[in-house]
Amino acid sequence: MTSLKRRLVLILLAATGVIWLCATGWIYASSRSELEHVLDTRLQEAARMVHSLVAGGNIAAAEAVAQATAPPEAGYERQLSCQIWSLDGRLVAKSGGAPEEALAGPAEGFSERTVNGEPWRVYTILDPDKGVRVMVGDRIGLRDRLVRDLVAGLLAPVILVVPLLGLLIWISVGRGLAPLHAVAGDIAARDGEDMRPVAPAAAPAEIRPLLEAINGLFAKVEAARRQERDVTAFAAHELRTPLAGLKTQAQIALAAHDAPTREGALRQILVSVDRTTRLVRQLLALAKLEGTPSPPLEAFGETEAGALLRDIVRQTSKPATAHVVVDDALDAVKLKGDHEALHLMLRNLHENAVEHTVEHMVGGGTIAWRPCAGGLCVEDEGPGIPEDELPLVTRRFYRGRSRSGAGSGLGLTIATMAAARAGARLTLENRRDGAGLRATIVWPRGAA
Amino acid sequence: MRILVVEDDPVLMDGLKVGLGLAGATVDDATTCADARAALAAARFDAVVLDVMLPDGSGLDVLAGLRARGDTTPVLLLTALDEAPDRVRGLDGGADDYLGKPFDLDELNARVRAIARRGHGRAGPLLKVGALVLDPATLAATLDGQSIALSRREFAVLSTLMERPGVIRSRMEIEERLYGWQGEVESNAVEVHIHNLRAKVGRETIETVRGLGYRVRGAA
Repeated sequence: MTSLKRRLVLILLAATGVIWLCATGWIYASSRSELEHVLDTRLQEAARMVHSLVAGGNIAAAEAVAQATAPPEAGYERQLSCQIWSLDGRLVAKSGGAPEEALAGPAEGFSERTVNGEPWRVYTILDPDKGVRVMVGDRIGLRDRLVRDLVAGLLAPVILVVPLLGLLIWISVGRGLAPLHAVAGDIAARDGEDMRPVAPAAAPAEIRPLLEAINGLFAKVEAARRQERDVTAFAAHELRTPLAGLKTQAQIALAAHDAPTREGALRQILVSVDRTTRLVRQLLALAKLEGTPSPPLEAFGETEAGALLRDIVRQTSKPATAHVVVDDALDAVKLKGDHEALHLMLRNLHENAVEHTVEHMVGGGTIAWRPCAGGLCVEDEGPGIPEDELPLVTRRFYRGRSRSGAGSGLGLTIATMAAARAGARLTLENRRDGAGLRATIVWPRGAA
Repeated sequence: MRILVVEDDPVLMDGLKVGLGLAGATVDDATTCADARAALAAARFDAVVLDVMLPDGSGLDVLAGLRARGDTTPVLLLTALDEAPDRVRGLDGGADDYLGKPFDLDELNARVRAIARRGHGRAGPLLKVGALVLDPATLAATLDGQSIALSRREFAVLSTLMERPGVIRSRMEIEERLYGWQGEVESNAVEVHIHNLRAKVGRETIETVRGLGYRVRGAA
């Protein structure tokens, strides 16, 4: 992982460096041209000075001046050199450091030439009246040194300041990133259980979107965990309560001194075993639905809805007073898909309908299966499901406020999963007339 | 001993009623939080056996409401969730004891007796007044070391009076402890039990306070 701090420091240093380099280049170029101009003017002035003396006929004085134009203590000694030539090419006079060879050609004005391997910049004045040519020149190498020294003088403090600047940037970036560290520390210090949102209000605007995303994730994880905990708690309740009932009744049967108490306890044990048997059957069905992959619908033939339902009705026990109606029109409805899944779905829906109807109508009531648009539906005469619980009842082990004594909270879960496996969709709704619940199974792709 | 059992599973509820009844308790039942709240508001119980997962909410909420009212009725939580954090939450929520499902009926009875007697401010398991000693665990009674045979109802009447010696218990109070709400009470049932008890433990042990009720004279 790259460090944001290191990146920022490097970027800032590089940017500062580039700006400095540009500035230095610019100063170098402008200083150089300025210096050239100044030195050229000096050459010109010195040449005119020497020439004015020559024009006055004072060659000796001119020579003296030419000598003086190169002050030896300047550190750039013998910078200027002067030569006075007669027009016929004889060296009349020269300054102390000047070479024997001519510094320039015959032309008047500025020129550059290499003498004794050294480049010179020379200004020449041609005086045909006096028959002399005055040349004043300086070494280009010296000029370059001058510019270099000037720029070096400018750069020296910069070299000293760079580490200081680097340190300053490092510290500033560190301080600038402190809120990020604070948030990171906050998150890192949490244990696995702590899903409280990270306070985004206190965070800088730049990382707020990140924090909001993290908080969103926290909320999702927390919700998933809560649901998992709920399922575990519900499962523990549904599995352990019948066991507790069985054990208690068994202990009563053992401890009871009178026959009616013992008989009552044994009857309760039978009831409990029946219910637990159903619970185990449902758990196994659920495990099977979850554990095996869904086969393609095309792999299965058609099942006749009417015949399957009558089969299921025969297998499900119910009081003689309760009525089950299977519409004859269902004989014409052919269901496609996994026969076992269809059976599971219809059986669990039927058991659910019978159970609630019988409990609600005290033994009576009617459960009606009939075709519906795109599938089939069952209507019971149970208490229905409170609207706010409708989306929850298909969760495993969920038993609402109106839970019946015998349910396990798995029937509708299994029906929903089995429906999905058979390519169908299960919808639950309270009947319009308020008389109970309607469960509708629809094949969206028209497989029915 | 009058106990409220709050449990929504019919088989377990039946087992608890019969099982606690065999141990000499009178059991009232409630299957929802709402029923439990109504029962607790209407009557005093020696102990409450409370399931945590009820159809209309959590038993812990019922418990919290009870404790918020300042009611100190001993509560034993009965639940499928018996991992340490669940037990801690229950006990910190005001429960006096905690038992995970499935449980042993004898243990449940013993724990209910224990929280009930602590609720009466008593640590010792035996009820003693003078030479009369009752053992609620075995429903045995002795007078001067001699065992006396008491019916379950007689034992309940006598232990109600002996729980707080010197305190007058009205006929209504004793009836409720004997029958709960379900039992059909004959109008003179308590008088008959008191009459029989006096014959067994001595006429002067149980005093009639005219117009108010009965009391067992304190040992002091």
